[in-house]
Amino acid sequence: MPRPRRRLLGLLVVLVVLAVLLMLSVMIGSTAIAPSVVWDALFHSSADTDQFAIRDFRLPRTVVGLVVGAALGLSGALIQALTRNPLADPGVLGVHAGASFAVTVAVGLLGVRDVQGYMWFAFAGALIVTLLVLAFGSTRQGSSPVVMVLAGVCVGAVLGGFREALQLTDPDAFDAMRNWNAGSIAGRPLEVVWPVLPFFAVALVLAFVVSGPLNALALGDELAVAQGVRLVRTRVLAVIALTLLAGGATAIAGPIGFVGLMVPHVARWIVGPDQRWIFAYSALLAPSLLLVSDILGRVVTRPGEIPVGIVTAFVGAPVLVALVRRKKSSGL
Amino acid sequence: MSATPPGTARLRVESATIGYDKRIISEHLSVAIPDESFTVVVGPNACGKSTLLRSLSRLRKPSAGQVVLDGADINSYKTKEVARRVGLLPQTSIAPDGITVADLVARGRYPHQGFIRQWTGDDEQAVLRAMRQTSVADLSGRLVDELSGGQRQRVWVAMALAQHTDIMLLDEPTTFLDITHQIELMELFTDLHHAGHTLVAVLHDLNHAARYGTHLIAMKDGAVVAEGSPDEVVTAELVEEVFGLRCLVVPDPVAGSPQVVPLGRERTPRRSADKVDVESARNG
Amino acid sequence: MNTHIPPVDFGRRMLVLRRRRIAVRLQWRSVVVCAVLAVVIAGAAVLALMTGSYALGPGQVLAALTGRETGIVHDIVVEWRLPRVAAALMFGAALGVSGAVFQSLLRNPLADPGIVGFSQGSYTGALIVILVVNGSYAQLVGGALLGGMVTAVAVYVLAYRRGVQGFRLIIVGIGVSAMLGSLNTWLILKADLDQAMSAAAWGVGSLNGVSWNQVAIGGACIAGLLLLAGVLGRPMRQLELGDDAAASQGVRVSPARLGLILVGVALTATVTAASGPIAFISLVAPQIGRRLTRTAGITLAPAAFVGALLCLVSDYLAQHIAPTPLPVGIITVILGGGYLGYLLFTEARRRL
Repeated sequence: MPRPRRRLLGLLVVLVVLAVLLMLSVMIGSTAIAPSVVWDALFHSSADTDQFAIRDFRLPRTVVGLVVGAALGLSGALIQALTRNPLADPGVLGVHAGASFAVTVAVGLLGVRDVQGYMWFAFAGALIVTLLVLAFGSTRQGSSPVVMVLAGVCVGAVLGGFREALQLTDPDAFDAMRNWNAGSIAGRPLEVVWPVLPFFAVALVLAFVVSGPLNALALGDELAVAQGVRLVRTRVLAVIALTLLAGGATAIAGPIGFVGLMVPHVARWIVGPDQRWIFAYSALLAPSLLLVSDILGRVVTRPGEIPVGIVTAFVGAPVLVALVRRKKSSGL
Repeated sequence: MSATPPGTARLRVESATIGYDKRIISEHLSVAIPDESFTVVVGPNACGKSTLLRSLSRLRKPSAGQVVLDGADINSYKTKEVARRVGLLPQTSIAPDGITVADLVARGRYPHQGFIRQWTGDDEQAVLRAMRQTSVADLSGRLVDELSGGQRQRVWVAMALAQHTDIMLLDEPTTFLDITHQIELMELFTDLHHAGHTLVAVLHDLNHAARYGTHLIAMKDGAVVAEGSPDEVVTAELVEEVFGLRCLVVPDPVAGSPQVVPLGRERTPRRSADKVDVESARNG
Repeated sequence: MNTHIPPVDFGRRMLVLRRRRIAVRLQWRSVVVCAVLAVVIAGAAVLALMTGSYALGPGQVLAALTGRETGIVHDIVVEWRLPRVAAALMFGAALGVSGAVFQSLLRNPLADPGIVGFSQGSYTGALIVILVVNGSYAQLVGGALLGGMVTAVAVYVLAYRRGVQGFRLIIVGIGVSAMLGSLNTWLILKADLDQAMSAAAWGVGSLNGVSWNQVAIGGACIAGLLLLAGVLGRPMRQLELGDDAAASQGVRVSPARLGLILVGVALTATVTAASGPIAFISLVAPQIGRRLTRTAGITLAPAAFVGALLCLVSDYLAQHIAPTPLPVGIITVILGGGYLGYLLFTEARRRL
């Protein structure tokens, strides 16, 4: 099939899949709810318990999944384009370590105890640490993929040490953090999402602006400059966008790994190397992946639940291994 | 030329099948390395010449047939015993960070050392001699990382020499060197050959092979196509057969050895004096 | 002796010992560095034996060690504090050597058994024993070892593709570790708080409550393994020149490499069994040792000394830096992570 048609048709398929998953996410859970009830809950509200479950739990959860997923997917696509590194993932680059550390400090030292309270700490921690790792992992010639991953690992290790020290001396903090650390989209009221949306909007605009220059950047810094790309500006804007996206997503849901890593690969596989299309696809595919993982987490150990962050790690790690085993990317 | 009958050579391959995993490179390969020769193995890329060298040095065990060293299967020896008789200069070696020249050359003494006998007077002398022979004695205390490519390659040769073996295998020793260093190294090998070493080298440059080798082995598709003295092996017909290259073979104006001049596509030679030869070569 | 031979200029001062069948060449600098480290270690050990809720003077400690003290001072020094100090020294040395072996084999300053997933795997094994089976201490040790070994083998196999390439191994290790880390998070999440906290403390690596019994068993294993590592140290040095060069010099490459990997993993496993996974010493000690001695490649003895010192000092800090004693692993993670960052800055970025 010619690529333009394939892209458009694909987009349609992806949208349909996402719509179906949104529906399923609302329907499936500890009790299954029929589509008709879902419909009523949305448009003819009554005091029915199922309707209550939908409006107060499943619907927010699904919306959170949609927003967080899109942010993670887009941030993954951005960071892979920016670093020209197919293994880059905002989670590996210290977003999680930073957010987690900041939340531990908030819980352990400042006594913050609710999700809304964690959020701003997580956001700030993620932003600061990601910028730190990116600065740390960049060389003069650009950024070496492996150095950047390792920089993330080592910053994560140091912060992790401090975090553990705080947690192990404070049982309350330990208890709160073991929940937060798992990464989940459950139990987040929609009030957590609204304040982050403006940041996401800014990031979306920035991503749109840099998508063209990033295409040129894919050919190497020198060629990009020769084509009139302003390197520093492109990099800075892309970094701001991806940090806002990944930081915001982590602030809402806690650390969810591997979504940002996997989805851009699927997108590239469908649409080819054009960043603009990769961005669009990633932003739509990632929520699908997140919702599938979340639904799986609800179903597998019913009536218990596995947090979505753990499910994505189990799906994602094998993908990472497969990627490095492929010849192309193992040449790193 | 080789005075050794093939069946008595110290190092030989007897109808061996050699390959990697399931890919067979050579089947029923028989090659004898004439004693005290400077044998050069030539052939196009992937013809099995490096594989032959690897099996001669026991790095690759034939799946059938055997490699014979001094009258016995090479795999029946202890590894260190083989290493005291056959040395190898591998295509790629790694110098550990921060190693000095003397330290690296001294590592070649491994097969002569034991857990508590690590640095005897013999070791010291062998290292000194190896460094002198390769003219790296002056660099002795320098870091290997700081040396030029040519110097570094000489240090590796010194390490192989310190191993003090009669037979030395050289896997593309001149690759990545500039022409001056290539010639320097080839002359060094000639000196070693004259000093009594048996050398087996894999070379890409036919002209070097013809000029410095005493015995040539031409390989193609894992089989030996021709062997003998440079004059016997380096002929226009054989070069075309083995490499698929149309060429003219003329005597090297300096050494008198056969020299390969590719015909290529250029029709008119820049100097008319050579024209006659080229024309006749094209027609004949 | 042998003055007629002009000595080879190694660019460094060498110490040559020759007597009868013994002929050894050592770098002066290595010898001096190791001696200095030994003195510093002894000093740190005395300090650690002195410090605690019942403070002692150096004289009392030395007297207790030489058997000239009895009663409470003897008990405090020999029965309470000495096992812990001995454990720190031995485990540190073991980790240092284990890391040196891995870094030399993979020719990569970032390799260590932790990075190839051993630590996360052993933590998973231990968590399953603690939280799911509710097993005994012996089962905990067994579970941890099994978990670690299985993970290390899995990472090795997954990274294997016509030989193991360093960075592929590390990335696969990161991936598998992330997955197991997730599993661990979930196991901790499912457990009740007390159990979860004690499991988490184990998972960081701690010398709290180390007994003479553990020190004796662990020490015997470590001594044997260190001896093996010493014997394999020579082939290891040749392997640094590349497989072909080593093989042509008479090293049996595959058995030597397998033996080295087994010794390296077994050393880490022994430490993990006794104290939980203490991170980063195996990564950092060989590199510090190499920089101090300026040897070519990685050498085992300096790594062992540096490892022992690091572990002892980290444990001292862990015990006395916070109001409540911390697991030693927290200090080593922070120190080690910082050092890894420094390493990235200076070396990896130059080479990559």
